[in-house]
Order: sequence, then structure tokens, then C-alpha cells
Amino acid sequence: MLELKSLSAGYPGHSILEDVCLAVRPGKVLVLLGPNGCGKSTLLRTIPGLLPALGGEVLLDGKPLGSYTPRQAAQKIAYLPQSRTVPSITARRMALHGRFPYLSYPRRYRREDFAAVDRAFAQVDAADLAERPMAELSGGQRQKVYLAMALAQETDIILMDEPTTYLDVRHQLETLALTRRLAAEGRGLAVVLHDLCLALAVADEVAVLGAGRLLALGGAEEIYQSRILEEVMGVRLDRSAGPRGWRYFCELPEEA
Amino acid sequence: MKRLRISSTRPEPALLGLGLLAALAALLSLCLGAAAVPPGEVLAALLGRGSGPAARIILYARLPRTCGCLLAGAALAVSGTVIQGVLGNPLAAPNVIGVNAGAGFFTAICAALWPTWTAAVPFAAFLGALGGVLLVLFIAERTGASRMTLVLAGVAVSGMFSAGIDAVLTLYPDALNGYTDFRVGGVANLAMSRILPAFWVVLAAFLLVLSLAGEMDVLLLGEETARSLGLPARPLRLVLLALAAALAGAAVSFAGLLGFVGLIAPHMTRRLVGEDSSARLVLAAALGGAGLLTLCDIVARTIFAPYELPVGVVLSLLGGPFFIWLLVRQKSRPSRRRKEAGRA
Repeated sequence: MLELKSLSAGYPGHSILEDVCLAVRPGKVLVLLGPNGCGKSTLLRTIPGLLPALGGEVLLDGKPLGSYTPRQAAQKIAYLPQSRTVPSITARRMALHGRFPYLSYPRRYRREDFAAVDRAFAQVDAADLAERPMAELSGGQRQKVYLAMALAQETDIILMDEPTTYLDVRHQLETLALTRRLAAEGRGLAVVLHDLCLALAVADEVAVLGAGRLLALGGAEEIYQSRILEEVMGVRLDRSAGPRGWRYFCELPEEA
Repeated sequence: MKRLRISSTRPEPALLGLGLLAALAALLSLCLGAAAVPPGEVLAALLGRGSGPAARIILYARLPRTCGCLLAGAALAVSGTVIQGVLGNPLAAPNVIGVNAGAGFFTAICAALWPTWTAAVPFAAFLGALGGVLLVLFIAERTGASRMTLVLAGVAVSGMFSAGIDAVLTLYPDALNGYTDFRVGGVANLAMSRILPAFWVVLAAFLLVLSLAGEMDVLLLGEETARSLGLPARPLRLVLLALAAALAGAAVSFAGLLGFVGLIAPHMTRRLVGEDSSARLVLAAALGGAGLLTLCDIVARTIFAPYELPVGVVLSLLGGPFFIWLLVRQKSRPSRRRKEAGRA
């Protein structure tokens, strides 16, 4: 379990979020929501220590994250950035790098590393992409490879920064279905999303960020009922019953 | 068999081909020159069974020269590969970012003040090279850390170090007497005793670079991803740049300011073997750089025979247009390893 204790995130001299208390629990999907610039991504990067925390601390299984070596921490927490450079390597090579935290110097990949990568590709349903160069893949295919890389890392916690960006709707839904499957396997996920409707459909727990702090934290149903999202995002949020649960939709509020 | 699967198309034949190229270049380099020596006599001389002027030419002129070419070419090419990879900048190379000039300046100082300490020269050159690259990195980061600021900072720092070399040579005209064509880079009149200290530095740095190839692979994914995989990206970047400085410095310590091997060879080998594995790329660069410099040296000493050009002249004639081509390509395509259009 990953706990944020009064965590403050931002850049030196410029605090963006203060005093955030959250937990990423095994088997649960926590979705971070908020308007652009509210600090969702900054918070997500602060959790694994990619940005120094301005205050508070992060506990991993009850111990401060700082007490783990970078390598140990990388065996526990995987982080998927929103965008990254696309190297000129094959998809398999890319996913294989997820095994890096398990290798000692000098790094040589072992049989079990290749097996983990094969499993990861099967899990994201992308075994056919493994030998393709990254540069030739579409955005959706690349996202699958990044997910395979995170899965090959075999961590308890996965942090995803807007994993559906650049994806067409089919790939968006597939990615979110995968996050549910990963939670069902017992992993804890924290996902930054900007699509409220997808977020409410996938989340076990929703954290609403805005005005420099955590505004609300609760189950998807509770957050929907509280109407806080409408206030923070400035939209009307409604839902209707569908054959497979609630279908959420947003629209601009009627002008007063 | 699993290991083979990660290899992209036909990389090992490429390594073999580059190895053959380097070997062929070395053989030609021993045979050709002002006086051509047939391969049979070359072999006899190398095995110590030759006699007469041909054997002396081979042992005391061509063998050191060939070894110098192979060593300097390999060292500079590996240095360029590391620098380009670590900085993620295809325009970077030891001669571009001040490494060569820094090494040259310290070599000149060492040769002027302590002319008898030949074994110390590669280490002095390493210090100069390291000073050069750190200064350029510092300036580039202060001024925006883009690909272009790095190159421009390199030009500025190289200019200052070159002025330093000129100053030393004005004050101590005899300092670099043994170093023919130091300014442009050349391997004529080399003695084995000057190559040997550099050889040990190159060998050690090369093995360390190879052992860090896995880390280099991960560093290529970008600093943030590397750190999220538990790699201490910043210290590692400095370690790799220091190794690149040692490699280039050692080459400069006996061959002078050879430009462009460290720029051209990495680009050519990257096309041949791809970027999947830094270990393979580093090996290929070593072989390719060794072959390239040796071939250029053969051209340099045969094209106007019996007059010889310094090999640096030939390299610059090749390298200048190549660098311009890279610049043009940069403009039309911002980066090989492009960033996905982010809204960030």
C-alpha cells in the first residue's frame, strides 16, 4: 500500500498542491481528477520521487519511500509518464527495460526477464507488436508497449499519467479495461484522467484536486452524488442507466 | 535462443563486416605507402623474421602508425557514441563539445612543462577533456540546454582552448616537437612508446563503457523514465561522459586534434546495427572508427605520394560536409528520437 501523508507538491518556491492525504490500495483504482493545471501530474511525479516533495512524506508498505534504494522502489512502483521520447528500438527491447530494476551490475537480461516480458505482452494483448520498431507503431500500439513495460516491472503499485491521451476511443476503453484487470490481480493503481465520464466508470475511488489542495475523496458514487465535480470542472454531469452500469455524460451548464 | 530473438535484423554480420573492414584497412595500411611492401614481407617483419629496410619501415614506421590509427579511431568513435547517446544529441561529438580541444590544451601544457613525462600525457589529456565537457555542459544548461546551445557552447570553449594551445606553442615552440600535425591531427612519426600509455587508458575506459551498456540503453529512454526504473540518471550521465572524455583524451594525447571521427563513425554504425543494444553499438563504433581512420590515413599518405597529408586534413574534408548534412537534416526533422507531441 502506498500512502501520501500531507504531501505537498510543486517546484521550489512555487507550491502547486499542499497537504494531500491519499492512499493507493491493493486491488483498487484511484483516479485523480481536476481541471488543467491543478497539479495532478505534478503530484503523480512527486509520489515516486521524480520531483522532490515540498513537504509531507510518502509511505510504501508503512515505511518512508526514502528508506528504499531507487532500485528497490522501482521494484515496487511503476510510473507511466504522459509523453516520452520514442527511441529507435523494438517494442520487445522497450518492454525488456521494465526488468532493469531486477538486474545487478553488469546488467544482463536473464531467462526469467524474457519470460516476464512475454507474459506482459500477452496481458496487454500485443504479442504481435513485440518485434516491431517503436517508431513505426501508432499511439495506441505504443501505449500498449508502455503498459507491457510497466507490467514487466512487476510492481504492486502502478501510477499512470493520462494513459488515454492520444488514443482513439477503442484504445481508451481497452486501456481502462486493462486497469480494472490489473486491479483485479491485486495491484494498486493511481491514474490521472481528464475524461470525467471514463473516470467515474473505472474508478473505485476518486480524488478531486483543485485550488491547490485535495477537495474531495470518496467512492465514485459518493463523488457523483456530491456534485463537487460539476462545481470544480464547471460542467453539468449526468448519467443514465445502461445495460452494463451507469453511462456518464457531460455538457455545458445552461447560462444563467 | 531467447537472446537471439531480441536482435533486430542481421546485426552480427554487420559487426563481422566492420571487423573485416578494420582488419583489411590495417593490412593495407601496413603494405601501402611511399614504398609498397608485399603482404608476405609484412607478415615476415611482424613475426620478427624480416630484415633489410622493408622490415624496418614496417616495424618502426607503419606498425606504430597503423596501431595509432586503429586506437585513435576506435577511441574517438566510442567516445562520440557515448556522448551522442548520453546527451541525446546527434550533433554532439568529442570535437564539437570541447573535449578534444580541452585534451589538446592539457597535452600541450604537459609536453611544454614536463617534456620527459610521456606516460603522464594521456592522463593530463583526460583531465583537459573532462574539464572541456563539464564546462560546455555547464554553459549549455545555463543557456537553455537545447541541442544548438550545446554545440555553440562547444564552439566557444573549443575556441578558448585552441587559443591556449597556440599560446603554449608560442611560448614553448619545441613543446610539441614530436607531435607532427598536432593542430589538425595526424599519426605520422608515432612511436609505440607514446601509444602504449594511451592504449591502457582506452582499454580500461572501453571495458567500463561496455559494462555500462545496459545503463546506457535505459538512459536513452529519457531521464524521467530512467529514474522511474531506479537508475540514478544524473550521476551515471557524468560517469559516462567522464569515460568518453578519457577515451577522446587518450586519442588526442598521441594523435592530436582529430576532428570528425567521433561524429561520423557513430552515425554510420548506428545505421548499420540499429540502436536496440548499446553494447552492440559501442562494439560496432569501435570497429568502424578504427577502420575509418585507418582508411583515411591510407588516402592521406598515398593521394599525393611521395608527399603526405596529415590524416586530419582528409577527415575534415569528409567530416565538414557530413556535419552540414546533419544540420540540414536536423532542420527538416527536429529529432530522430522525437518526442510525442505533448500538451503538458
